[in-house]
Amino acid sequence: MNGSDTHDSKNQSSPTRAPGAISVSGVTKAFGDNEVLKGITLSVEPGEVVCLIGPSGSGKSTLLRCINLLEKPDAGEISVGDTLVTDPECDIDDFRRRVGLVFQHFNLFPHLTVLQNCSIAQRRVLKRSEEEADKVSMRNLEQVGLADKAAAKPSSLSGGQQQRVAIARALSMDPELMLFDEPTSALDPETVGDVLSVMRELADAGMTMLVVTHEMGFAREVADKVVFMDGGIVVEQGPAAQVINDPQNPRTRLFLSRVLNPTEVDLGEVDLGEKPAE
Amino acid sequence: MAMTAIKRAKVSRGIQYSILIIAVVALALIADWGKIGNAFFNLEIAKNQFPEIITTAFVNTLLFTALGFVVGMSGGILLALMKLSSVAPYRWIATIYIEIFRGLPALLVFVVFGYGIPAAFSISINTYITAMLALGTVSAAYISETIRAGLQAVPAGQMEAARSLGMSHTRAMVTIIIPQAIRIVLPPLTNEIILLTKDSSLIYVLGLTVSQYDLTKFGRVGLTAANAGLTPLVLAGACYLIITVPLSYLSRRFEAKTARTKK
Repeated sequence: MNGSDTHDSKNQSSPTRAPGAISVSGVTKAFGDNEVLKGITLSVEPGEVVCLIGPSGSGKSTLLRCINLLEKPDAGEISVGDTLVTDPECDIDDFRRRVGLVFQHFNLFPHLTVLQNCSIAQRRVLKRSEEEADKVSMRNLEQVGLADKAAAKPSSLSGGQQQRVAIARALSMDPELMLFDEPTSALDPETVGDVLSVMRELADAGMTMLVVTHEMGFAREVADKVVFMDGGIVVEQGPAAQVINDPQNPRTRLFLSRVLNPTEVDLGEVDLGEKPAE
Repeated sequence: MAMTAIKRAKVSRGIQYSILIIAVVALALIADWGKIGNAFFNLEIAKNQFPEIITTAFVNTLLFTALGFVVGMSGGILLALMKLSSVAPYRWIATIYIEIFRGLPALLVFVVFGYGIPAAFSISINTYITAMLALGTVSAAYISETIRAGLQAVPAGQMEAARSLGMSHTRAMVTIIIPQAIRIVLPPLTNEIILLTKDSSLIYVLGLTVSQYDLTKFGRVGLTAANAGLTPLVLAGACYLIITVPLSYLSRRFEAKTARTKK
């Protein structure tokens, strides 16, 4: 599979979306003495799918959270589309409604139904009518295959279903791009596939996506570009097939060999060291 | 030598039952039940308590509690928001208030409101208003801590999810955080109402007129009748339980419901 395929297979019937390029340059972030990001520079082109891979504690999630300003970078510049996010004058709320974010632990609103989860921000933020918001929500719930669960409470759904609702909720705001923070890491193995196939459809429809993931199969087949991070820096990046099948950097090679063949750990290799969880 | 765990548990339970049976039998033999019964519950005396114990005392206790709760709840919400405020002086004021009124005996606060303030400002305040302010002042301190804990018990991811959808902080609080916090807070808040019901008995220090008697005062006045025994107090106690037992049942129901919706 070649990553560039996904570009050519853009679905004409999908709604055209405003450009959602991400540009990150020289971003640093420390929590106390713990320097999590040590100068990250990367870019995502409109319509591109980029997967961020790397060991736990490498700063992938922190970078993603910085792009949405859930964490404030200490230095460096981040821009999304034509908005300079790191500008103190930036209207954070206005910017965030254009960026969909999917969390590892879904973070659905437990006191609302599935439909209300998708509609509430449309109504309160975009000021859509109840009728219009519910129509958009139902369309997105159909897209993730959960239209029949519209009236259910999130707690009655499986993890995989909840994550698909979370994707529908983010899509209901008509975002320019989508950020995914380890969307399948908290799921039972048998529900991972459903979530990944929803994400694959989204990629095929031309959505700009930045995905923090440990799913190498997904990265290889769907991503246009793979970025390997370790110790707060970008160690290697390039076309998905190249980085995953033929990594150039020894740290990338070691990480991939451990992830792809967890039972064949070569104890003679350099030890990356156990890092604290993010 | 060594007993098995099952056998040891059996012996232990046997001893506990034996103690209970001996105690019950001893009480039954020693006590003069006729006399005790008469002291605690005399039907003639009990009849004399009605209907005023309901029409005056019960109603007044409910009224004092409700008035105190309205002030306590409003003050509690305000203090909780102040305590979580990003403006430091608000946090200090809330902290000082809470520490003072949780640390003082409620009776002392009642005396201050009942005598201190009227004397200091040379004003006379209606008893119901004094009771409302005194009960509210004390309960606001407790209620604010309950509400603050409830707001903080909503997982941080909820605020993040709401903000990531473009909601402002205030909007997220109103539509996402507070509705969830209310569910968390209902059981402890119900317990606060139970405490408030019992604390309302302290208004006796304000010096009540007959029409202002609450359950405790009414019961104590009843004691002064000839041969009254403890019957008036027992009846007043029963009236408190009529209020508090359903409340604690309600509290358990809320708790069970919250546990169900949570995953």
